[in-house]
Amino acid sequence: MGNHSDGSPNHSGTVATAGQNEVEKFQDPGIPPHRLRLADTDPKAAKRAERQVALLFGISVVGTLIFLVAYFAIDLGDDSSIATIRLQNALLGVGTAFAMLGIGTGIVHWAKALMPDHEVSEERHAIRYEEDRQAAVRIVDDIVEETGIKRRPLIRNTLLGAVALAPLPAVAIFGDLGPRPDDKLAHTMWAPQDGKRKRLTRDPDGTPIKASDVTIGSAFHVIPEGLNELEEGKLNEKAKSVVLLMRLDPASLNPSAGREEWGYNGIVAYSKICTHVGCPVALYEQQTHHLLCPCHQSTFDLTQECKVIFGPASRPLPQLPIAVDDEGYLVATSDFHEPVGPSYWERDSHERSINS
Amino acid sequence: MSAASTAEPAFVAKTKTGRITDFVDARVGGSGILREFGRKVFPDHWSFMFGEVALYSFVILLLSGTFLTFFFDPSMAETHYDGGYVPLKGVEMSVAYSSSLNISFDIRGGLFMRQVHHWAALLFVASIAVHMLRVFFTGAFRRPREMNWVVGGVLLILAMAAGFTGYSLPDDLLSGNGLRIIDGVIKSIPVIGTYISFFLFGGEFPGTAIISRLYMLHILLVPALILLMIVVHLFMVVVHKHTQYPGPGRNDNNVVGYPLGPVYAAKAGGFFFIVFGVIALMAAFFTINPIWNYGPYDPSPVSAGTQPDWYIGFVDGALRLMPGTFGDWHVEQVFFGHVFTFNVLLPALVPAGILFTVMFMYPWIERWVTKDDREHHVLDRPRNAPTRTAIGMAGFVWYCVMWAAAGSDLIATHFGVSLNDVTYWLRALFFIGPVIAFVVTKRVALALQRKDREIALHGRETGRIVRLPHGEFIEVHAPLDEYKRYKLVGFESPQVLPAVPNEHGVVTRKEKRRAFLSRWFFEDRVAPATPAELEAAHGHGHEAVEAAEGSRSLTH
Repeated sequence: MGNHSDGSPNHSGTVATAGQNEVEKFQDPGIPPHRLRLADTDPKAAKRAERQVALLFGISVVGTLIFLVAYFAIDLGDDSSIATIRLQNALLGVGTAFAMLGIGTGIVHWAKALMPDHEVSEERHAIRYEEDRQAAVRIVDDIVEETGIKRRPLIRNTLLGAVALAPLPAVAIFGDLGPRPDDKLAHTMWAPQDGKRKRLTRDPDGTPIKASDVTIGSAFHVIPEGLNELEEGKLNEKAKSVVLLMRLDPASLNPSAGREEWGYNGIVAYSKICTHVGCPVALYEQQTHHLLCPCHQSTFDLTQECKVIFGPASRPLPQLPIAVDDEGYLVATSDFHEPVGPSYWERDSHERSINS
Repeated sequence: MSAASTAEPAFVAKTKTGRITDFVDARVGGSGILREFGRKVFPDHWSFMFGEVALYSFVILLLSGTFLTFFFDPSMAETHYDGGYVPLKGVEMSVAYSSSLNISFDIRGGLFMRQVHHWAALLFVASIAVHMLRVFFTGAFRRPREMNWVVGGVLLILAMAAGFTGYSLPDDLLSGNGLRIIDGVIKSIPVIGTYISFFLFGGEFPGTAIISRLYMLHILLVPALILLMIVVHLFMVVVHKHTQYPGPGRNDNNVVGYPLGPVYAAKAGGFFFIVFGVIALMAAFFTINPIWNYGPYDPSPVSAGTQPDWYIGFVDGALRLMPGTFGDWHVEQVFFGHVFTFNVLLPALVPAGILFTVMFMYPWIERWVTKDDREHHVLDRPRNAPTRTAIGMAGFVWYCVMWAAAGSDLIATHFGVSLNDVTYWLRALFFIGPVIAFVVTKRVALALQRKDREIALHGRETGRIVRLPHGEFIEVHAPLDEYKRYKLVGFESPQVLPAVPNEHGVVTRKEKRRAFLSRWFFEDRVAPATPAELEAAHGHGHEAVEAAEGSRSLTH
């Protein structure tokens, strides 16, 4: 089928089996012959390419001007509208893009169309030479020998010990990066203060919630009374104490032994901090009574005391025991009976000490 | 010697540029460097540009990031916003968030610089990842480049660290929830987790220290390490010289391409401006991280459909895939009064741990299996290393399944399917996806090799149909020229290396394992076509070619 031009001499008709024997290979024909471009042969084409490159550089100049005009001519003012900022951002971007792409494409076009495009071959050199290698090994040996470290193990061992211990202060000095955790994670603001129970208030404005405000099917985002008045550590306390308040038909709740009194007329309160890695469990599906964490989709069933029914969380959401005070406002009768939020190493012992 | 040098007239530069070069050289002694690098040859291929994109993105990150530091204030002190963005006027927030809003709304070009910085960061990590895929699939990590592969892997981790520390700085609601997740993961670490969390945040989450600490890491420590690693990386590239794709005239002893000056320098230098221009266009027209929509960080609200930046996605996806309970059995367990949060620990550490460990070790694994300690400067086409390519694709698919899981809620809402079903499917794909990818990729690679073989032996299809006198229709195949043919046949096809006894005449268990892996790697192989086969194909027609192939190699 047609003539072919591999240089190898023809073999006899027998077919060599590929595999164990030395298989002859195709000879490397070398770098393919160089093919001239249009601009190499036609001066007109070369001139055209030259003009194209110049045009691209010119576009870059225009881009720079667009940027400067957009920067100085558009006034953001005091209350600039989003539209003004959007316009300025777009023009600054277009200006920069033209300025950069003009230079970039111009240079690349110049290189591809006009600069010599002969592929050349260069020999690789060995990364190291045998002579160097031997000399280096000898030098290292001599250095080690002159230190005498092999003959004097006392020096070697004390040095190793000293060097091993020396970095310890560099680790220890970071000891004040944070306080000791102690049992800070085990308590929240909900614990009654001086015998006074904390009211459940709306997030974020802090107005107290009456039991009569909570209709069946409704849900409230709740913070403890007094959170907004904190001078320090407001976010720290909020990160532990946010609560979801919901009212269901009391018949659909199935409180376990000891938790019958933790709700009020079907109103229940659960920690909003996911027991997985701590995102706020912010989605309440009214029809199914499911709580869903939008970060990793852990799903908790309100009718089973917020047991995990789907997703990566492993523990139910902690319940906040609530009651109603003399004025009809909802109050927490105690702190949570377990640490809220994601699990941690000491969590179980904290839970035991809370309940003992 | 001295007589000879005085006899010759001193070399005098003739042009102005030459004189300037000479002036500088006389004072810093750069002529040796220029002689070495001025005409250094670089091979050209589009796939070599990903590393360049990464380098240029990093330069753009340094430029735009420096601008941002002039206006950003990493304090977590409380303030009331009083800037140009009306909807947030008077809202209580941290100084860090307020100054990020000021950069966006009150400083001319500030929003543009923020957008450039964020887009360049996304592109930086992406181009490193694609560059590493290119290096893996072409076998560029083989001797002498194993250590540079490791440096590249370290750069990928550093790039992700730089991205994450920067992502959290504006102290907006979205990044705050990201930090909350990090805090939850840290707390799951046995023994020291709680302490690490308290030390990192300077107390309880969120505290008032984390932003300024991340800021220091983001603008000083991490970029300095990245810069150091880039210097080491490029130094080794110079020492090794660049790899080249196989082809006529290219072998392990030479490097074929364009000289650095002027062609390659012009192309590479021009490409910097092109990368900058493309990032500027993205910054002009595509909003990234509109922090003013999210509001200041508050532990209570969260928006549905929250997403991390893309490179953290695979870890977040793994967190989502792990079930927390199996029926009534809890994955989180208490042993001896201590909590083991396996439902967080396992997905956060194990997949990323496996991916990075295999990635770092792979050059040595393959070297051990193949017993190949030679230097390789000519790349493999991915099809010519079917098992390696299949391993890479299995890892890639595994990564992509976890990545997709990070958007499981968005997949569910966009396609109107059940969120739970999406998760169940992705859990199944987590295990079988890589297996399917391995098998399919290996078969495709072998099929492509067979196709190459056929083209090398029988020529390319011309589309010309000819009717023979006896009525048969055939398509005429045109033979390849020798350069094109060499590209298809000039590769190595390693064979199975059976176990051999050591010097004591014992076949060790390790050697048996190596032999097993060698069989797994190279049992299915397609040998490159030989001149004899070409001869046979022309002399005897197609049947002879079938017979010519060895018993272990596949037939077409």
